[in-house]
Amino acid sequence: MRRITMIALVAAAVLFVGCATTQQRLLDSDSSQVQLRSIQTRSFDTTDREKLLRTIIATLQDLGFVIDKADLELGTVSATKLDFYALRMTVAIRPRGEKQTLVRANAEYNRSPVTEPEPYQQFFTSLGKAMFLTAQQVD
Amino acid sequence: MKRKGMALLTAVLFTVSFCGCATVPKDALTWGPETMAQRQMQTRKFATNDEKKILSACAGLLQDMGFNIDESETKLGVITASKTRDARTVGDFFTSALLTSILLVPIYPDDKQTMRASVVTRLFGEQGENMTVRVTFQRIVWDLNGRITRQERVGDAEMYKEFFDKLSKAIFLEGQEI
Repeated sequence: MRRITMIALVAAAVLFVGCATTQQRLLDSDSSQVQLRSIQTRSFDTTDREKLLRTIIATLQDLGFVIDKADLELGTVSATKLDFYALRMTVAIRPRGEKQTLVRANAEYNRSPVTEPEPYQQFFTSLGKAMFLTAQQVD
Repeated sequence: MKRKGMALLTAVLFTVSFCGCATVPKDALTWGPETMAQRQMQTRKFATNDEKKILSACAGLLQDMGFNIDESETKLGVITASKTRDARTVGDFFTSALLTSILLVPIYPDDKQTMRASVVTRLFGEQGENMTVRVTFQRIVWDLNGRITRQERVGDAEMYKEFFDKLSKAIFLEGQEI
């Protein structure tokens, strides 16, 4: 009897992990959107879109990414790093007030969204160094 | 019974932890000891500020190498390109056949690979009178079953040197190391 319980529990654990619906995957609705946005966003004291985007591209190259796509008008850059894993990242910028620009990054690691703060912190630190500017936390 | 209980708990924990282990490696988004060396290997400096000319020469060079241009944004100095090639080798095929006959589960040999390249140009200098060109390559390999077996960056010093030598010839300018 115990054995059956055991098997059932293991099976349940397996099923439970794999039971997210397509809609949940599409919207990634299981994580707090507000919190995630704050983890993924920093503000820089610049309004030079082109320079900022070019620095983002150079930073991604330094970190071992190959650029997939870049668009000055939309203000986005996408890139992929392959190092026995796949790390895909999109960085988008938009103006904030008259003196600042918001930089938002989101990443996926293999098949999962990156939701922990450390990788984003590391990315923004690298970007800040390359910009000679400090990445400021946004509320 | 107690031991079985422990085994069960371990199995459940293992299953759960295994599925949740998708964290980004610690050094994936930081500067490493090889960052500077990689940058130097992948970059050359040219004494020109004609970004369009350089980009168009790079596009031609990528075509010479058999790449197809996927995306480009001239205003940001970016070209991305890719090509798909055969990844089958006789040795790999025999190893797979041997392993399949021993293990009695299908082990698929490598089938095809997609190579990707991105070229990025950037003006620098006080008046933007010089330009750097940086090129990076990576590849993804699939087996006959359509699964990815390898995904990695590619390119050694020799290959980058050849790329930039060809570029120098195409634009009649000497590329200098940074």
